[in-house]
Amino acid sequence: MSDETTNKMAHQENEKELQALLKQALPPAQNTELQRDLWPQMLRRLDAQPLRVPWFDWALAALVAAALLFFPGAIPALLYHL
Amino acid sequence: MELLERFAAGDLEAFEALFRQHQRDVYAWTLRIVRDSGIAEDLTVETFWRIYRARERFDPVAGNFRAWARRIATNAALDHLRHAHRETELPEDYPAATGGDTAVRTEVRTHIRQAFLKLPAKYRLVATLALIEDEPYDEIAQAVGISAALVKVRVFRAVRMLRKKLNSLGVEATTK
Repeated sequence: MSDETTNKMAHQENEKELQALLKQALPPAQNTELQRDLWPQMLRRLDAQPLRVPWFDWALAALVAAALLFFPGAIPALLYHL
Repeated sequence: MELLERFAAGDLEAFEALFRQHQRDVYAWTLRIVRDSGIAEDLTVETFWRIYRARERFDPVAGNFRAWARRIATNAALDHLRHAHRETELPEDYPAATGGDTAVRTEVRTHIRQAFLKLPAKYRLVATLALIEDEPYDEIAQAVGISAALVKVRVFRAVRMLRKKLNSLGVEATTK
């Protein structure tokens, strides 16, 4: 038997041993059955969703920001009209 | 229009129907990873919230909703493990170990649990599913979004890290 095969077998044996230990320390999850309907919780989550800002509002804000960046003199005028 | 098409178009009733069809599967899968029923319930809602937000990206013709939902659930659970990574306490409703008292002492089990919980989240996730829950590598690969070969590599590394941690704690990892 080659060294590689022996090493592979030893590794598999080690992994199985550790797996057995793990299962004793951390048993597989039991009772994975859902106990209640989660839809009401889901509805609350959907209702609580933040307001979505339309893309054109973002585009407008970006345009104003760019305009103010290139024409800083317009800032007092903008503040005056707000 | 089919249910999946209506869902992808933003129909809330179609989403509710899909939620009711798949909530049990998503919950059970998530519970296997996070091992706490309360957290699994919250993550199930979080998963469907992500699903609802991503509905436009879902292909109702070619897409497999169950596989897609499971993948999103796995990502949500992984995010949770990453944030809860430093917590070393086990959840309250973690199943108690039964049997094996003669083979593995309580102290050794505690060391193993602690060492396991300290593994990086992505290794803990695949190791939990592969070594504890005995899920097939292909199934894990599909849920995580990596190849089965990479799942195998991660399991191998997780075992190596775990053994190293146990050795540093002076625990001999043997069942005999």
